[in-house]
Formats: sequence, structure tokens, C-alpha cells
Amino acid sequence: MDFFSTVGLNHYLIISAILFGLGLFAVVTRKNAIVVLMGVELILNAANINFLAFSKYNGGMEGVMFSLFVIVLAAAEAAIALAIIINIYKTFNTVDVSSIDSMKE
Amino acid sequence: MTNTTYTVIFYLFAAVTVFSAAFVVFSRNIIYSAFSLLFTFFGVAALYVFLSADFIAVTQIMVYVGGILVLLLFGVMFTNKIMMTDLKTDVLNILPGIVLLLSITGGLIYTFVARAEWFTSTVQLQGSVVEKIGFETMSRYVLPFEMVSILLLLALIGAAFLARFDKPGKTNDK
Repeated sequence: MDFFSTVGLNHYLIISAILFGLGLFAVVTRKNAIVVLMGVELILNAANINFLAFSKYNGGMEGVMFSLFVIVLAAAEAAIALAIIINIYKTFNTVDVSSIDSMKE
Repeated sequence: MTNTTYTVIFYLFAAVTVFSAAFVVFSRNIIYSAFSLLFTFFGVAALYVFLSADFIAVTQIMVYVGGILVLLLFGVMFTNKIMMTDLKTDVLNILPGIVLLLSITGGLIYTFVARAEWFTSTVQLQGSVVEKIGFETMSRYVLPFEMVSILLLLALIGAAFLARFDKPGKTNDK
């Protein structure tokens, strides 16, 4: 009962493991490229929770700084990935990742 | 704030995060997924506040909710002919996906909770973290800070270059 009444490091690790699994599930099973991208965002958020949890219970600032850089990289990744998806849509007229099987039409 | 209220609020935000993330993944409608992702990002930001990283939480809300989610919704609107097709999306290899989800999540939780013995420091991060982030950015992390700003500029220029529209008068070599 002590595990449920006091919030510790393990609680954050469990939440981040669940988020990571769900994001991986989205990447593996969904056909729409935008939902795959949402799964990647979930995975990045899970990694961020881990960084901040370890930083909190370690007392240092390394995890906090690294999570800030992760957020910036996630923004850059989302912009580039959506530009690529829009290009795919203009070329193939679909964003179904399982039906895109050539580099150019 | 007593310890009990702290715990109850933590579990509330944890439940919001996990269930809305599950809805993002399992919903067939992309618009529902995108709006459910909003609640996931807010829940994660609340967890960041619990981890005494208030600046990261505000950055999360500004960048993810204000930027990435709007970008994703723009992508959804752009890549579906809104009047013609429905916004449903299919799934493929669902059985390996569920096996992967359960095994990865279960394995990670087992490793984190049962196998690993984390040594937590006696000095934990307390209070606001904004001032410390300012000092760290301008001292130890000044080179990564500059590099990430250049990378962001390059990524934005690249995205605008990739997604540009071809001018109607100019013929492309195809």
C-alpha cells in the first residue's frame, strides 16, 4: 500500500513506459502517416518524462536541459515530417504508408 | 498542500495522460486522435510541474499545443479531401502490434520497478527551475544552445522549401 500512497520515481517511469508502448503501437499498426507521426510524438514525450524524473530525483540539471533540447528537436522533426507528408500526398494522392512503395511516380 | 491531495492530483493527471494517449492510438478517426493528443500534452505538462520543471511545462504547452498540434491538424486537413473522403484510417498488423505493446510495456515496467535499483540522491530538485536553466544555458550548454538554434533555422527553411507550391507558369522537368 505504501507504493500507491507516496509518489516516487517508479510512478513516472511506469507512465513513461505506457506512453512509449502506446506510441510504438501507433507507429507499427496505423496506416495514416500523420497518426504515425503522433506516435513518434508520444515516444518523445515518454523520453522527456524519463529525463525529468531522473533529473528530479538526482538533483542535477542535466535532464532538464536535455529535455529542453528534445522539445526543440521534436518541433523541427514535426515541421520536416509534415513537409515530407505533404510532398507524398502531392505525388501519390494518399498518405497511406503501406501503399507507398516507390521513390517517384 | 497535504500529501494526500498531492497524490490524488498526481493520479488524476496520470490517468488523463494515459487514457487520452490510449484514445489517440486506438481511435479510428484522425480528428479525434489529434484532439485527444491535446489532452495528452496537457497531462504530460502537469506531470512536468510535479517534477518541479515548471519552465519545461510552459515550453511544452507553447511548443507542443501551440505549434506541433496545430501543424498536425493542418496536415490532417491538407491531406484529406475534406468533402470527399472520410477521415477514418485503417490499421494493419494489429495482432503483432498488440503483442509488441504488451511485451514492451510489461518488460519496461518489470525492468524499471522490479529489477532496477535506482539510487535517489538526498538532494532533490526543489522549487522553480527557471533561474537555473538561465545559468546553465549561458554557461555549460551555450554551444548546444547555439547549435540547436541553427538546426531549428535550417529545419524551418527546409520545411518551407519542401512544402512549397510550384508556380503555375513555371513548368517543372518531369
